Amino acid sequence: MELKPNEKLDIKEILKDLDKYRPRRTGWTWRKGTGEKRKIGQFEYYDTAENLKQSQPLPSAHYFNDIDPQPTSVITTEIASGRFEDDIRRMRMAAWHGADHLMVIRTAGQSHFDGLIEGTPQGVGGIPITRKQVRAQRKALDIIEDEVGRPINYHSYVSGVAGPEIAVMFAEEGVNGAHQDPQYNVLYRNINMIRSFVDAANAKKVMSWAGMAQIDGAHNANATAREAWKVMPELMVQHALNSIFSVKVGMDKENIALSTVPPTAPPAPSMRLDLPYAVALRELFREYKMRAQQNTKYMGSSTREATVTHTLNLLISKLTRAEIQSTITPDEGRNVPWHIYNIEGTDTAKQALAGMDGLTEMVQIKRDKGELADKVRELKERAVLFMEEIIETGGYFKAVEEGFFVDSGQYPERNGDGIARKIDGGIGEGTVYERDEDYMAPVTAFFGYNNVSQYDESAEDNPSSLINGDTLKNSDKIVYIDELDENDNVNVRLEETKELRESTKLKPEMEWQGDGIVQTTLFLPTNERVAEFAAIEIGKKMGLEDVEVIHKEIMQYAEGTKIEIKGRVPFTIDTDDLVIPPKPKMMSEDEIREDIENNSMTIVAGTVGEDEHSVGLREIIDIKHGGIEKYGIECHYLGTSVPVEKLVDAAIETKADAILASTIISHDDIHYKNMSKIHELAIEKGIRDKITILAGGTQVTPEIAVSNGMDAGFGRGSKGIHVATKLVEMRRKRNEN
Amino acid sequence: MKREDDFLKRREHLADLTEEQLEARFWELAEKIVEPMVDLASKNTTPSIERSVVMRMGFSSIEAKGIVEGALDRGLVGKGVGHIIYRLAKENNSGIRETGLKLLDGELWDEAIDIFGGENRGA
Repeated sequence: MELKPNEKLDIKEILKDLDKYRPRRTGWTWRKGTGEKRKIGQFEYYDTAENLKQSQPLPSAHYFNDIDPQPTSVITTEIASGRFEDDIRRMRMAAWHGADHLMVIRTAGQSHFDGLIEGTPQGVGGIPITRKQVRAQRKALDIIEDEVGRPINYHSYVSGVAGPEIAVMFAEEGVNGAHQDPQYNVLYRNINMIRSFVDAANAKKVMSWAGMAQIDGAHNANATAREAWKVMPELMVQHALNSIFSVKVGMDKENIALSTVPPTAPPAPSMRLDLPYAVALRELFREYKMRAQQNTKYMGSSTREATVTHTLNLLISKLTRAEIQSTITPDEGRNVPWHIYNIEGTDTAKQALAGMDGLTEMVQIKRDKGELADKVRELKERAVLFMEEIIETGGYFKAVEEGFFVDSGQYPERNGDGIARKIDGGIGEGTVYERDEDYMAPVTAFFGYNNVSQYDESAEDNPSSLINGDTLKNSDKIVYIDELDENDNVNVRLEETKELRESTKLKPEMEWQGDGIVQTTLFLPTNERVAEFAAIEIGKKMGLEDVEVIHKEIMQYAEGTKIEIKGRVPFTIDTDDLVIPPKPKMMSEDEIREDIENNSMTIVAGTVGEDEHSVGLREIIDIKHGGIEKYGIECHYLGTSVPVEKLVDAAIETKADAILASTIISHDDIHYKNMSKIHELAIEKGIRDKITILAGGTQVTPEIAVSNGMDAGFGRGSKGIHVATKLVEMRRKRNEN
Repeated sequence: MKREDDFLKRREHLADLTEEQLEARFWELAEKIVEPMVDLASKNTTPSIERSVVMRMGFSSIEAKGIVEGALDRGLVGKGVGHIIYRLAKENNSGIRETGLKLLDGELWDEAIDIFGGENRGA
């Protein structure tokens, strides 16, 4: 299936013949073409990867010929809507914006599910990770990666009490990366610690076989601890334990990534606290990869604030290193991430990294002496001391029992509020069985004692040869389950939203097709509490259902509050009923030039009213911006704050064919009032039917300009060629009469 | 446990280490901590590991679950559930899937007990 940029991805097509689908590869892929300078547009970049075949550049890229430089780091976006079929559409949008690591969050509670989930049930805050959903998403990503021209890594979680099975299913289905860290199970999911580590070794072995990248779970300590910057020594210990445990069961260091988060956020002096930590970590773990995550601990409902923290975190990535640059959607502090915020987070990383391209050529960290050097040393020593005490106490399990981890004191300080777990407690306790001497498992990628030689010594290196190959050697042996629940599955959900896909009906959405969710920003000139309740009422009067306040911010206690609300619109729009004005016509450059050569044209132009803006009009006129001068049109530019009388008089004096009025200030509709004035004055002076009058500006709506007497209006994004086309067209029309 | 920050006193023995030595110590300690856990993982199994083995042998997750439960109920898990399927298939000269599905139906377990004994009921 090949995708066209202007065609939607057909979910039904993805689901078709899914039982026969096989992934095209296993293992992780880094970006290609890094480590070389690259000319993109008019610039030379120092830190970029290969360009994409097709992509959506940053909003400002149109000033730079739509270039879309791709940073060297893999960029992650995390998707968690609970409906995999809607997530697939979001993945395509994210890939176009530059994400090549698509991480799927699991539904709440899956880590306690004893076994695999099958089918396509709907999830909460993520999807139930099942073979069918994984396969469908990997298949969709194969199509999307061909479209954008870069391999996309697909990622989820190998944790909980079914880790080894999930790892096997991921290896079979071509999943490229996964979170795997037994400490996460122990500390945050209260899964028995023995079980967690025994399972983890086997899961990691399978992940290694498949060449999957592993991300650890240490960043959760950061998100859990009361004062996150104090757990820095422990974070390094957690990273170390998972990393070295993984190496010992056979994982390559280059496939092991640390999930690292700058521990603080403004208004704390975050760079001064976070940077030494980042340096210490990267030095200790120089052989491992860094997956830089944004700080979420101090994230609230302000998307602006989250974006600034993210940008500061990106600066740390740039000054140190991050092979995988994760992004958090800036709305994570207020709802399950929406489509648009996945894209914003991705763009924030792409934008910041493009802007900081080559920065380390000019800026260097003061590593050798001073505050940073002292701090780096101190953090490393504290981490070493932490591990010394683990050993003195009797090992890791004992240390966990005594609440060593996630204590809010900066080690060796202890506040006694760590997370303690019992070695004989937790979920899955008593489910670890000693392997007997004749224990045997005739499969590939198996960790630990395996007495294969009791049957065939030659099978030791390839245990599955005993059974003529297992699923990892022969994918035809994989048993695919389609659906188990006749009510909770993708087919039922697709049927419910069929109209929105197969007709011209349109409904806004944020998470799921047809959810109808919209967001509105209000300023209410009252205090926070009143504003909150007033906003809900306003939302209801606007016709929204299920109105909720998702953000509030005091501007000043008495003067007012910024409020953001969300709600659902209960209706659809039929796009067939819309009256959509045609796109502005554009003649060819040659046609315009010929017309002007045969018959010269003069125009007068200026910014009218008390308005000092000049950039827009100059771009329309100036030859060097591709303005109308280049077609041979003679332009008399009168400057800014030109009275309308002067503009009309100048037109009479120069026998101009047209007046171009620029009007940027739109307060109290002054821009439209000025248009009417020009029109009236031209009538009064008897020239209106002999002249073209055009108005433009960022706040100009073409239709409203026309209703105020203009021959045409030009809004944001207008170019010289649009204006020239109109000028030639209007003159031809006048000559016809 | 509550404790004041006694870092300055505790670090005395680290003070003279070079950066390299300090980092080497960091990794030495990390290895020492995980070694017994790696050993533990090598010598033990769990229901999830066994299900992952049975899946790799060509069974669905649901089939794997049922077969592993059968082995757990009979204290045979220490032999390896994949091993049980393999051995029974060999003894009866039948296919792996055919054998596994019989176990799922509750058949062949007596034979398995005859071959392997069976007492391991978990730690």
